[in-house]
Amino acid sequence: MKDINLIRQPIGLRLSSYFFLIFWCIVAAFPIFWITVISVKLPIDAFNSNPLNVIFGPETLSKGKGLSLIDITIGLSIIIFTAKLTTGWLGRMVNKYSPNGYLGFGWIIGAMAFGLSFIIIFFGIMPSVLSLLNDISGPLGNNILGFSTEHYSTVWFEKNFIKNFQNSIMVTTGVVTISLTFGTLAGYGLARSGSNLAFWILIIALIFRALPHSVLVTGYLPFFINSAEILRPIFGESAPTLYGMPWATVAVLVAINQPFTIWMLRSFFQKIPSELDEAARVDGCSHFQAFRRVIMPVMWPGVITTGLFSFLLAYNDFLVTSMLLEAQNTTMVPAIASMFNMETTTTDQVVAVAAAVSIVVPLFFLVLFFQRQIVSGLTAGAVKG
Amino acid sequence: MNQKTFFAFIGPSVLMMVIFIALPLATVLKQSFYVTQPVYQTLEVETCTPNFTGQVCVKEIKTIPTIGDNGKVITQTSFVGLVNYQNVLELPRVIKAFANNSWQQFISIDFWKALRFTLSFTLITLPLVLFFGLVIALCINNVAKSIRGPVIFVSLLPMIITPVIGALSIRWLFIGDGILTSFLEWWLVRDISMFAQAWTIELMMMFYRVWHVAPFAAIVFYAGLQTVNQDTVESAIIDGASRWQKLRYVILPHLMPLIVFVTLIHLMDAYRVFEEVVGFSSQAHVISLQWLTYDFLTSDLMGNRSIGRASASSMLTMIGIVLLLIPVLRGVWIDYKGKRL
Repeated sequence: MKDINLIRQPIGLRLSSYFFLIFWCIVAAFPIFWITVISVKLPIDAFNSNPLNVIFGPETLSKGKGLSLIDITIGLSIIIFTAKLTTGWLGRMVNKYSPNGYLGFGWIIGAMAFGLSFIIIFFGIMPSVLSLLNDISGPLGNNILGFSTEHYSTVWFEKNFIKNFQNSIMVTTGVVTISLTFGTLAGYGLARSGSNLAFWILIIALIFRALPHSVLVTGYLPFFINSAEILRPIFGESAPTLYGMPWATVAVLVAINQPFTIWMLRSFFQKIPSELDEAARVDGCSHFQAFRRVIMPVMWPGVITTGLFSFLLAYNDFLVTSMLLEAQNTTMVPAIASMFNMETTTTDQVVAVAAAVSIVVPLFFLVLFFQRQIVSGLTAGAVKG
Repeated sequence: MNQKTFFAFIGPSVLMMVIFIALPLATVLKQSFYVTQPVYQTLEVETCTPNFTGQVCVKEIKTIPTIGDNGKVITQTSFVGLVNYQNVLELPRVIKAFANNSWQQFISIDFWKALRFTLSFTLITLPLVLFFGLVIALCINNVAKSIRGPVIFVSLLPMIITPVIGALSIRWLFIGDGILTSFLEWWLVRDISMFAQAWTIELMMMFYRVWHVAPFAAIVFYAGLQTVNQDTVESAIIDGASRWQKLRYVILPHLMPLIVFVTLIHLMDAYRVFEEVVGFSSQAHVISLQWLTYDFLTSDLMGNRSIGRASASSMLTMIGIVLLLIPVLRGVWIDYKGKRL
C-alpha cells in the first residue's frame, strides 16, 4: 500500500514538500535564533542594519569580547552531547531508577539534577578551562565571533531577575501540583461516568475555557486588594492582603487551567481500559483503592503530558500575574514588560533581549526533553474531541 | 460508578471551578452595575504666603477626597444601573458618527475600535492557520521518516514560546532599522516605518499569531493523517481519482472533526488576543477587547481603578465570545444527541 503511494508520488511534489518544509523551519526558528544572536552583542552590533555585522559583531570583537574557534567547537559539541543525552539516556535512567509508581517525581528530580549539572559544567568549569586552552593554542585561540555576556549579568544580577525567577518557579510548581491533583481525580471520575451530568460538566468547563482571562481578573482584583478587610471577620487581625502574593495567583491560575486539565486527563483515562479497574473492583477494592493501586501506576504518561501544559500556562502567563502582583515582585514574563517599555537607550534594548532569551531557554530544553509527550498531548485532546 | 463516588472524584475540581470561576463571574456581573468613587468634600482652604509687607492670604474652595481615620481615602459604592455600559459603549458618539456617515469617527471610539480589531484579527487568522497547518502537515507526511522528528521539533518552538516573548522577537526584527525593515527598504527602495501606522502593526500581529498557532494545527492534522484509512485511499486511486480529488473527497472529510477542533480552540484563543498588544506596544494604534479591560483595571496616576467600567467591558467581551462559539457548540450538541439516539 505504502509502495503504491511512493511510486505514485511525482518527484516534483516531493521536492516541493522538502523546499516548503525548509522554508517553514527557517521561518519558525529564525526570530528565536535572531534574538539569541543579538543578546550576546554590544548594542552597536546588535541593531546594525547589516546582518553579517550582527552575526559576527566586529565592534564587540574589538572590545576584546569574543569566541575563538576552539570555544565554538567545544561549546557546540557539549551542547549537542547534552541534547543527545536528554533525548535518550536521561529517560532510560529515570525509568530505571525511579521507584514504582513515582515516575512523575523521578522525571522532576532527574530533570532538575541534569539541568543543574549542565549549568555548573557549562557556566562554571568551561570558561576557565577554555581560556587556558585559548592561551596555549596560538592562532586557533584568536577570537573570531563577537560574544559578550555582560547583558545577561546586567539582567540577572543588577536588575534582580533572580527574584522574578524564584517567583516563577514558585508559581509554576504550585500550579502544576495543585491542578494535577484535582484534575486527575476529576478526569478519572468523568472518564468512567457516562451520565448526563458528566457531559454537562464538560460542556460548562469548555465554556469556562473560552472565558477571556481579563474577565476573571476583573472579578478577583477588588477582592484581592481589599481582602484584609473582607476576611477580617473570619481570620481576625492576621487576615492577609492577597494582592501582591505569588501564592494567591497560584489559585487563580489553577482555576483558569482546570477546565483544560480535566478535558485532557479525561481523554487519557478513557484510553486506559476500564476492565483494569473493574478487575480490581471484583477483587474487592473500592473505587478509590482501585484508582490508587491499579490506575495510578499506569497514568503517569498522561499526567506528565498534562503537567507540561499546566506548566506552560503558568510560566507563560502575563495578564494574571502582571495584574495581581506588584510591579517590583512579579514573575519573569511581566518583569520583562517593564524592561522593554523603558528602553531609552539601545543598551536597555539589548538588556531586554537578554532577559527575553533567558525566559525562552528553559522552554527550549523543555521541548527537547518532552517532544514526544507534547505531541501526544496535542493529539490526545483532539482525537477524543 | 454510582453518584456518590462520582461526586467524591469530581468534587474538589468542581468546587474549585465554582469558587474561582463561577463566583468571580457573578461578582463581575454585579460590579458592572455599581460605581466605587472616593467621597469628595468641599473645603474652604486658606493659603498664606509670606510677603515683604506681611502675609498675603488667599481663600479658595477646593474639592478633595475625604481621608478616613486610618489615613485612607473613604470610598462609597453606589448602584448606577447601566451607566457603566453606557460609558463603555459611548452610544451618543456612535449615533453622531453614524449621522455623519463616518466610519473613521466610529472606529476611533475605544470599545468599537477594540471590537473591530478583535473580530477581524480572529476571522482573518482562522483560515490562515487552518491552511498553513494543513500544508505543513501534508508536507511532513510527504517526506522521509528520518527528518520528520527534527522538523516537528523546530515547529514546536514557535508554539511553545511565551506569547509576549514571541511577539517581541518579531518586533525586534522590524523595529527601527531592524534586519527585516532594512531588507524591505533595500528591496522596495523606499523608507519604511513598520510602527508608524495601524495596518502594518496589525499585519505583524497577524503574522505573529499564525506563526504561533499554525504548528499546533499542523501537529493535530499530522496525527489525523496517520489514521487515514489506506483502503479508502487505494480504492479512490483505483477509481481514477486525481491527487486533488483524493485530498478533497477522502482526506479532508477524514480530518473534518480535527478541523472543527482546531477552529474551536483558535476562536477561543484568538478572541482573547492580548499579548500581541503588549509585545508590539501598539496601544496607541491598535487595541483589543482584553486589553481594553486590562487598561480600565490598571490604576491611573491617582491610584484609581475603574472597576465598574472594566466589569462592563468584561461582560460585553464575554457576550461576544459566547455569540462566536454558538455555531460550533451547536454542532457539538447535535453530534452528541445523534450519538445518544
